[in-house]
Amino acid sequence: MNVSQLQHKFENRSFAVTGETGPPKGTNVNRCLHRAEKYLKGRCNAVNVTDNQSAIMQTGSLATCRLLMDLGMEPVFQMVCRDRNAIALQSDILSAYALGIRNILALTGDHQALGDHPQASGVFDLDSVSLLKALCSLESGRDISGNALDGAPKFCRGAVVTPGAEPVEPQIIKMEKKVEAGAQFFQTQAVYDIKQFETFMKRVEKFNVPVLAGQVILKSAGMARFLNANVSGINVPEHLISKLQKDKEAAKSGQTGARICADFVKEAKAMCQGVHLMTLGWDHLVPDIFEMADLG
Amino acid sequence: MLVSEMKPDEEILDMLDMAHSIYLVGCNGCAEVCKTGGAKAVAAYRKFLETQDKQVPGICNVDFLCNKVLTGTRLVREIEPIDRSEAILVFSCGVGVQVAGAVVDKPVFPAANTISMGGHFGLWPGAEKCAQCGNCVLGYTGGICPVTGCAKSLVNGQCGGTTRDGDCEVEKGRPCAWLQIYERLKTIDRLDLYRRILAPQDKSKLMPEVKQRKTLYWAIDQDVKPKE
Ligand code: SF4
Ligand code: SF4
Repeated sequence: MNVSQLQHKFENRSFAVTGETGPPKGTNVNRCLHRAEKYLKGRCNAVNVTDNQSAIMQTGSLATCRLLMDLGMEPVFQMVCRDRNAIALQSDILSAYALGIRNILALTGDHQALGDHPQASGVFDLDSVSLLKALCSLESGRDISGNALDGAPKFCRGAVVTPGAEPVEPQIIKMEKKVEAGAQFFQTQAVYDIKQFETFMKRVEKFNVPVLAGQVILKSAGMARFLNANVSGINVPEHLISKLQKDKEAAKSGQTGARICADFVKEAKAMCQGVHLMTLGWDHLVPDIFEMADLG
Repeated sequence: MLVSEMKPDEEILDMLDMAHSIYLVGCNGCAEVCKTGGAKAVAAYRKFLETQDKQVPGICNVDFLCNKVLTGTRLVREIEPIDRSEAILVFSCGVGVQVAGAVVDKPVFPAANTISMGGHFGLWPGAEKCAQCGNCVLGYTGGICPVTGCAKSLVNGQCGGTTRDGDCEVEKGRPCAWLQIYERLKTIDRLDLYRRILAPQDKSKLMPEVKQRKTLYWAIDQDVKPKE
């Protein structure tokens, strides 16, 4: 029976790297699979599969996770609470285990109004905290109504946190609740300000759970400004924006973004237990980032 | 008319937790009819609390708690005993509890669950809204309702979507209820309530039994006389 290698990595206290892939809207999954195989396999310890990210309907995370496994990668099954009620969420958790998936990332999920089906209902029977509790309950052999299971699953349970939120205290309280509810590791929203990240890490040290610093590769100065203005909790410092602006060609080819990411990772190594690379289609830069940041 | 039912005593005592002096606010409107509010029900609950080692520095029964202006002018005369209390227990529907929470800087706790409002949403509510969820969580949220205020009806805290301006991710100008809850709990120095993990909302409570929904209006609708 396979066990989570990601968890193993955390237990050994070695620096973990996770990647991410988003399934397509449609049945042509080969492109995302091949890119993951070409650029992430053998480098990332596990690959997240997004779950109808930004409330945009796509091929499912569960199926794509299994397809990644068939290609020899370890998946992290992202689960949002927006699209499934308490019955379907638990059922999919059991299905995931049956398919050999061993890592689950519990998320609340973006509101459906943000995606391409604003007319759909948002379920939210559970939230990120109660989904983690449901995972623990299933692992103990009972569903959330207390009924006994014929065979219990076992996962490495992850959750997310936004270090750059303003105010950050509610984020930290919720993180504490997630730890209490069973979270064994955290992935963060994209972080660029190393000082801010360091302060955050000092505040959450006491929870004693591995934290993976989130990274989104910056594609241009315009993108950085857009993130600053529109995505909550993301702060790209001015000096990085000017770097992207200086050499437009290097920014366009991804070299500047990859360099910024690698610089951050090098510094973050002393502060946290790993990084989570959200490449948004730029997975071909992952090998360069590994090299520049001296990742194993 | 709204229909509310008392929370179990254990749940109320658990909510009140360490608080020893509890100020009681009752509603003489619909809640009196449901026997969750009204002078008689509130006085009886005072006796019960006193057997549980709690003190009750004062009681105020307001005619329609959902009338914010009226409630404000009534409670302003009770500042002294309210100041001496650590918590306020409110005997009314969810709107009444939210109004009480909005006019005094003290933790407010609902004594009842609102299960149906039968077309009546309070006399003068402002931002206060109640979806008659049947598991009132206002005691943990500083008297601000996350079921109606948060776009996802989350009960365990803020999601990651709040904008820089403090708005909800779904719409500009719509305040994030959880940010408001955080700020309110911080003001009344009760962030410990934010730390509590709440069980998922019991959605079966959204479908109260027919007999629980029988009110005078219901009887008129059905063209029959209310039994009782
Ligand atoms: S939590 Fe909100 S919706 Fe539920 S009873 Fe209380 S006020 Fe009403
Ligand atoms: S932004 Fe605030 S109000 Fe909107 S869904 Fe998230 S927690 Fe709820």
